[in-house]
Amino acid sequence: MTFTKLMATAALTLGLATGAFAQDKTKVGFVFVGPVGDGGWTYEHNQGRLAVEKEFGDKVETVYVESVAEGPDSERVMTQMALDGADLIFTTSFGYMDPTINVAAKFPNVKFEHATGYKRADNVSTYSARFYEGRAIQGHIAGAMTKSNIVGYIGSFPIPEVIRGINSAYIHAKKVNPDVQFKIIWAYTWFDPAKEADAAKVLIEQGADVILQHTDSTAPQAAAQKAGNVITFGQASDMAQYAPMPRVSSIIDNWAPYYIARTKAVMDGTWASTDTWDGIGPGMVGIGEISDAVPAEVKAEALALKDKIASGEYHPFTGPLKKQDGSDWLAEGETADDGTLAGMNFYVEGIEGDIPQ
Amino acid sequence: MDLSVINPILLLAALMSAATPILLAATGELVVERAGVLNLGVEGMMIVGAIAGFIVAVNTGSPALGFIGAAAGGAVLSLLFVFLTQVALANQVASGLGLTLFGLGLSALMGQSYVGVKPPRMADLDLGPLSDIPVLGRILFSHDAMVYIGLLIVLGVWAGLKFTRAGLVLRAVGENHDAAHALGYKVKRIRTLAILFGGACAGMGGAYISLIRVPQWTEGMTAGVGWIALALVVFASWKPWRVLLGAYLFGGITQLQLNLQGAGVAIPVEYLAMSPYIVTIIVLVILSADKSRAPGSLGRIFHASH
Repeated sequence: MTFTKLMATAALTLGLATGAFAQDKTKVGFVFVGPVGDGGWTYEHNQGRLAVEKEFGDKVETVYVESVAEGPDSERVMTQMALDGADLIFTTSFGYMDPTINVAAKFPNVKFEHATGYKRADNVSTYSARFYEGRAIQGHIAGAMTKSNIVGYIGSFPIPEVIRGINSAYIHAKKVNPDVQFKIIWAYTWFDPAKEADAAKVLIEQGADVILQHTDSTAPQAAAQKAGNVITFGQASDMAQYAPMPRVSSIIDNWAPYYIARTKAVMDGTWASTDTWDGIGPGMVGIGEISDAVPAEVKAEALALKDKIASGEYHPFTGPLKKQDGSDWLAEGETADDGTLAGMNFYVEGIEGDIPQ
Repeated sequence: MDLSVINPILLLAALMSAATPILLAATGELVVERAGVLNLGVEGMMIVGAIAGFIVAVNTGSPALGFIGAAAGGAVLSLLFVFLTQVALANQVASGLGLTLFGLGLSALMGQSYVGVKPPRMADLDLGPLSDIPVLGRILFSHDAMVYIGLLIVLGVWAGLKFTRAGLVLRAVGENHDAAHALGYKVKRIRTLAILFGGACAGMGGAYISLIRVPQWTEGMTAGVGWIALALVVFASWKPWRVLLGAYLFGGITQLQLNLQGAGVAIPVEYLAMSPYIVTIIVLVILSADKSRAPGSLGRIFHASH
């Protein structure tokens, strides 16, 4: 209690102090889960930060802290940012959810934006991208191109965002290749190049000739390249340095427009707590160039699928679909609602193995 | 569940390679601690070694030179620790932590133009007919040279500490630096050399990750291996062969659990993921039930006036 009071007093004092001097500059903070040079997830968030700086120039000041562990550490970092006078703080990993809510309660005048979570408050917005739309396209290419019919998948943590990606990729791989099988390894980390590379190697040794990853570094790409004849997809960032083989396409997160719009809203005083979840259509999810390693007709199908998803004509989770246990989920033609997707904690029918609880 | 997809030969072969970074770093740290110095900067020296080796290997095209560069890089960074703890007599724990933070930042700076660059491949060592022995050949004799150099370093450290005069002096310095000083041994010089050796080993361990295991450069790519190496030294009771056992156990179970996950074994993944840590700790704790203990002067600052 005393601590909270102390914090509140400190914040007030600081707020008054900075209010008098630095009213013209909006300070935007970013909390990153990996290093900005990871070549994937954090790299793209940092590109968004740089875009904010470019857009507003002198009117904005950005700060960031990288490689912040999920949990209590992140709470400390956010508190420090708020005390240092940040007006808007982006917390860019799922595991920052509760810390963000906690810190936001102590600093009602600071706006928070939490990526990929589902808890909101008056001064906490959430935002995420519909990565599963991109996963559908990857699944299609993976299913069409695998010769061993084994697709390896490196998962980070068993959270809805990752499970959605697995389901979406599996559904679309299965559509073009009924014999396809998914092997899933949970790395329990977002960023550990050596472990990610090991996971990729193990999957390849066990027969996978396609590797999908939901971890942040480019290590699985390097492992696939070393093994030869294995295809991969860039995750979160284009990872074009591994094109045309093994990387045959990618999902690119494009946060810049969102970050610019939200910073603008804080400047204009129009910021309000919202829940944003955009996909290929609005441009938050980009599909990296499909390389020549993909047969022309598969590439054409993938691009057609992309257009249909972008226009809203097709939803990657369209019935008939059953859950892994065989129970009905979506009837013929029915599409999944956002609530179910946001909390997805089950595999669809056909995927083997259990989700760690 | 289909265990037949796991190839035990490939698994054991992968174990030796997966354990090498930890083995190198832990062996180096063992020597440092036996000399009575606690250097918590292993992670920092590893990551600097990883990028220094990467830069040298890319620019010269030779992975072997890369490893020499990595050893030099780790040793040069450890000089900073030497200055702080042996010259300025700063607190070793704080200096070590500082070294790690500094190393992570420095390596990110050094590596800025090396993201996405592919290093030259290190060929497996040609051991002739040995590699053709069925099963054993694939497991033991089909690795890159660094795997064997790591083993040789363990052997050398064990023999050096146990049988040579230099090893005896080093242990004396670590057990009781005042007594060693009274006998006329140069405590600071010996400790400085030990710290440099530790830095060189950690640097090579880091380069093994950036040049062979992953092969690429990514910021922060050692991702905590240095801390595991540090813990391993303690659990191994400061004994080289136990460090080797611990590193192989840890590396092996890490590989095994990934394989079991891929094969879809019905063990909850959480248990599999924590198994390398648990098993390694349990085994080494049981082993350390004998009377082994930490070097007497570990972590204490030495000043000749005492």
